[in-house]
Amino acid sequence: MKITKREVEHVARLARLELTEEEKERFTRELNSILTYFDKLNELNTEDVEPTSHVIPIVNVFREDEVRPSYPREEVLSNAPEEEEAFFKVPRILE
Amino acid sequence: MELFRLTIHELHELLKKGEATATEIVGSVFERIEAVEGKIQAYVTITKEEALARAAGVDAAIKKGKGIRPLTGIPLAIKDVICTLGVRTTCSSLILENHVPIYDATVIHKLREEGAIFLGKANMDEFAMGSSTENSAFMKTKNPWDLGRVPGGSSGGSAAAVAADMCAGSFGSDTGGSVRQPAALCGVVGLKPTYGRVSRYGLVAFASSLDQIGPITKDVTDCAILMNAVAGYDPMDSTSAMVTLPDFTRALLPDVKGLRLGIPAEYFIEGMDPEVEAAIWEAIRLLEHLGANTEKISLPHTDYAIATYYLVATAEASSNLARYDGVKYGYRTKRSMDMLEMYQRTRREGFGAEVKRRIMLGTYALSAGYYEAYYLKAQKVRTLIRHDFEEAFKHCDVIITPTSPTAAFRFGEKTEDPLTMYLSDIFTISVNLAGIPAISIPCGFTKGGLPIGLQILGKPFNEEAILRVAYTYEQNTEWHKRKPNL
Repeated sequence: MKITKREVEHVARLARLELTEEEKERFTRELNSILTYFDKLNELNTEDVEPTSHVIPIVNVFREDEVRPSYPREEVLSNAPEEEEAFFKVPRILE
Repeated sequence: MELFRLTIHELHELLKKGEATATEIVGSVFERIEAVEGKIQAYVTITKEEALARAAGVDAAIKKGKGIRPLTGIPLAIKDVICTLGVRTTCSSLILENHVPIYDATVIHKLREEGAIFLGKANMDEFAMGSSTENSAFMKTKNPWDLGRVPGGSSGGSAAAVAADMCAGSFGSDTGGSVRQPAALCGVVGLKPTYGRVSRYGLVAFASSLDQIGPITKDVTDCAILMNAVAGYDPMDSTSAMVTLPDFTRALLPDVKGLRLGIPAEYFIEGMDPEVEAAIWEAIRLLEHLGANTEKISLPHTDYAIATYYLVATAEASSNLARYDGVKYGYRTKRSMDMLEMYQRTRREGFGAEVKRRIMLGTYALSAGYYEAYYLKAQKVRTLIRHDFEEAFKHCDVIITPTSPTAAFRFGEKTEDPLTMYLSDIFTISVNLAGIPAISIPCGFTKGGLPIGLQILGKPFNEEAILRVAYTYEQNTEWHKRKPNL
């Protein structure tokens, strides 16, 4: 087993995903099969190989720190599931 | 005349000669959409009123003497992963079902400036994750050549719309083949530009180090025309490249004499459909006949590309998709007691099965204890895959391969086991890992009448070489002129 059902539950918590019992079983099965396939990469010795995170040689990109208009607040809030008085509204966080 | 059948450059000629108006063109395409959309289901959203109003505006401007640019009055479909101001952009996901962007993606802004007209938003695999468009939360787009088969994916709606003449051209996005594979399966042209060639600003992110927007068109000339409109550095995308911008239409030369075509042994493998393989060799022989030289080359790490890709792409996706939390935009669950429950239920109800699977895989690959074994390992193998191409391009100008190991497959054929679907991307994903450009063009049909795609890969920022080979091939064949019976 590459990944147990308990680990699947742990990863789902990290990803903030609620899973049904059926999904937990299915993902355990499927992720095992996919992760076993990924073992293929261990055939390669990569000890002295630099990792690639990006294919083009751009390092840092800076721009002038100038004041520019941002999007109007009403427009930004127009897609919010819930808003109140110019704020995004979320469920209670503190008791 | 059936205006909807024409290519972008043919429509442009008619507009210039005053033989057609933008209103007539757009009207013709909508008649076509209304006639066949019921069968094909290419569009998530159709913006007929806006398109007709814009066409009237374009015609009025032409009357007043405004110049007709190559895309003036040209009707286009846009994959629903590219943000359009005021027009719903869903990524074919329930979590963005009612999302209306407050800004245009840079490519949309540029296309508007060029006078293009948007017909609507094209269906896709949810968040561009898939190879058949079956992962759309809304509908299954059909392959215009056989309604029992998939159009490919993830840009299935964009490719089917072009093949069925429901637009003059379209845009898709390509993270692991999502422009090229559906183009191949639908018998049209699809280009994935070099990473950094086209701005990703306003492209909803899947895997940021792999994503590129690319055109899907009826022929190679149209592909170059669309590239001219959208390519270039954009200060809004810090990964867009500050490099010299060619006029891509100048690469359209019907001549491959002396060009070196690399043929990688690793791309002619067991499991490939013999009809596909035969068509590719036939195409190579034709190019040789036209004066190109072939070189046997090797891309030794090809066999590791799928594992590498599905680690890099899912890791990046799990991070990018963290933003769908039910707070700032998108769907929020109706039943939650607290913040944590709100996040978890929103994501459970909003995401489909494949998106959840990839978030799980990516989160796992990045999690404590597994990061080095999976994600870092994949990034290192990615380096080896890049080096394979650097080495190969010392011996050739372009590389020729099939786009997909098979022609279009049936609905449900690869949905049971996620790995079988992943394996269908085998010929397209290395290109994204290496960041190089590649085009798919029609190169034949199976006995059953399904299109076959030829893939041409180029050096970074040398789209011109692949356009030239593609154009030469197209000028000497008739495949691109065949149309499905609908």
